Amino acid sequence: MSKGTSEGWGSRVGLILAMAGNAVGLGNFLRFPVQAIQNGGGAFIIPYLVCFLLMGIPLLWVEWAMGRFGGRHGHHSTPFILHQMDPRRTLWKYIGVFGIFTNIAVAAYYCYLESWTLSYVWHSVAGTFNGQSSEDVAGFFGRYVSLETMEPVIFWIICLLMNTWILAQGLSGGVEKVAKIGMPLLILFGIVLAYMGVTLKAGEHGAVNDGTLGLNFLWTPDYSSIWKPSVWLAAAGQIFFTLSVGMGSIHCYASYVKKKDDIALNAMSAGWMNEFVEVVLGSAIIIPISIGYLGIERVVELTKSGGLGLGFKTLPYLFTQWGPTMAMIAGVCWFGLLFFAGITSSLAMGTPVMGFLEDEFGWKRKPSAWFFGLIILVLGLPTVLYFNEGVFDEYDYWAGTVSLVVFALFEIILFAWIFGMDKGWKEINSGADIKVPTAFRYVIQYVTPLFLGFVFFASLPGIWEKITAANLPWQVHGARVLLIALFAGTSYFVWVAYKKRHAKSYTA
Amino acid sequence: MNSSALTLMLLSEGIVTAFTVYFFYLVLTAKPKPEPDSFSENDDRE
Repeated sequence: MSKGTSEGWGSRVGLILAMAGNAVGLGNFLRFPVQAIQNGGGAFIIPYLVCFLLMGIPLLWVEWAMGRFGGRHGHHSTPFILHQMDPRRTLWKYIGVFGIFTNIAVAAYYCYLESWTLSYVWHSVAGTFNGQSSEDVAGFFGRYVSLETMEPVIFWIICLLMNTWILAQGLSGGVEKVAKIGMPLLILFGIVLAYMGVTLKAGEHGAVNDGTLGLNFLWTPDYSSIWKPSVWLAAAGQIFFTLSVGMGSIHCYASYVKKKDDIALNAMSAGWMNEFVEVVLGSAIIIPISIGYLGIERVVELTKSGGLGLGFKTLPYLFTQWGPTMAMIAGVCWFGLLFFAGITSSLAMGTPVMGFLEDEFGWKRKPSAWFFGLIILVLGLPTVLYFNEGVFDEYDYWAGTVSLVVFALFEIILFAWIFGMDKGWKEINSGADIKVPTAFRYVIQYVTPLFLGFVFFASLPGIWEKITAANLPWQVHGARVLLIALFAGTSYFVWVAYKKRHAKSYTA
Repeated sequence: MNSSALTLMLLSEGIVTAFTVYFFYLVLTAKPKPEPDSFSENDDRE
């Protein structure tokens, strides 16, 4: 490692596991299988992998390259990474605000989701669900998010403290250590549950179908779906969310890599690791087990409201059918893997914010981490208090969906057309341990921006519908005000930082 | 499982697993770059 750098990675494998952990989230297990069922079954994998090849991989390379380029100039967050790539225009640093805004806003609701998994690990160990009916287990979740007791708040605070404390230990001392423990455990837990799901036999432990019926349902292709634009939009959306591109966290992690060190192979390794967790493990757990007990029609009905219900209301009950010991093991594996998937992602959301405070305002690591924790506490509180009123979903839609697409569209235009593909291609290949196929140069320049443009414009009717929706509760309006205030506040701090830099260079 | 579902599943999961293993193998077997590099754990190997 270079001398004089206070922050950095301990090892290459640690960096890759942290990057993979950033990408692997709850959506790998809860969102992907549901998307596949709703969009052509097995045939969904075709647009999905095409989108990964033409949009996911290029964006990974672009974000790693932008991050490493920015890091070389002392920037570890997107406002000034983007500014560095085109210093003549003032616009880019405000586009870069998305890379801080998104991380704060997503972490605000994501940490609450993460705390559910921690609480459910505890309840799995304590045997809370043993002997309960399916309605009781589903009702437990309803009562949980309705805050009938203080337990959700306590677990949420514990989760926030854990995140903050780990972030305060730094990249190699905190984030990387968690990734090195969490990612192998996540994969191990996933393999255990996938084995249990796939080997489920009808007639044993109350199952009505074999687990393979679920796999069969999930993977049976409906090739006619490939011609539907909505299926391509769903595939592109899934690739976006699963890889954590368009957030600014990849830029931040990569900004601690030196120019002569590889990013091309690292990006591939982390990206494909995420795909393994999603396609191989994600498809073999929730659907096979649910269909094994509930049948296809009931599961299709349940997936209409997304994967969250299946994961938190249904699976804990199904695990109890395996007897108290196996229910505890399966519960710990399931909610444990969701917890590791969550925490490795939420830690990645904290680092760009800390990087910004350290770079621009000279803050130390620990105060930056605690400040991040404090913002998440304040912004996350409405998602805890008003979950049933839709505040959680509102944050997820604007910060976790729309912002990613907008930011990615801008960054690919900046990288390919303003920074320029000659410089950009050199940046991707600098220190590369693999030969990046030349075709990707043209994919990055032409195909990926078009893909992103398609995703953005196809999303516009939905955005308009959301904006013009009537009779929304005041809490949703409040959430929107908070998000706008967060974006405006972050932009203000970027402006202050820019003025400081300007004044410093002027006096120098 | 019906044959089209099985084929698609094995093919997709095979491709994804193969690329994952291949790229991670390349990472593990790549020669470390000369110091100073980006990683602190190999600093004492200079």
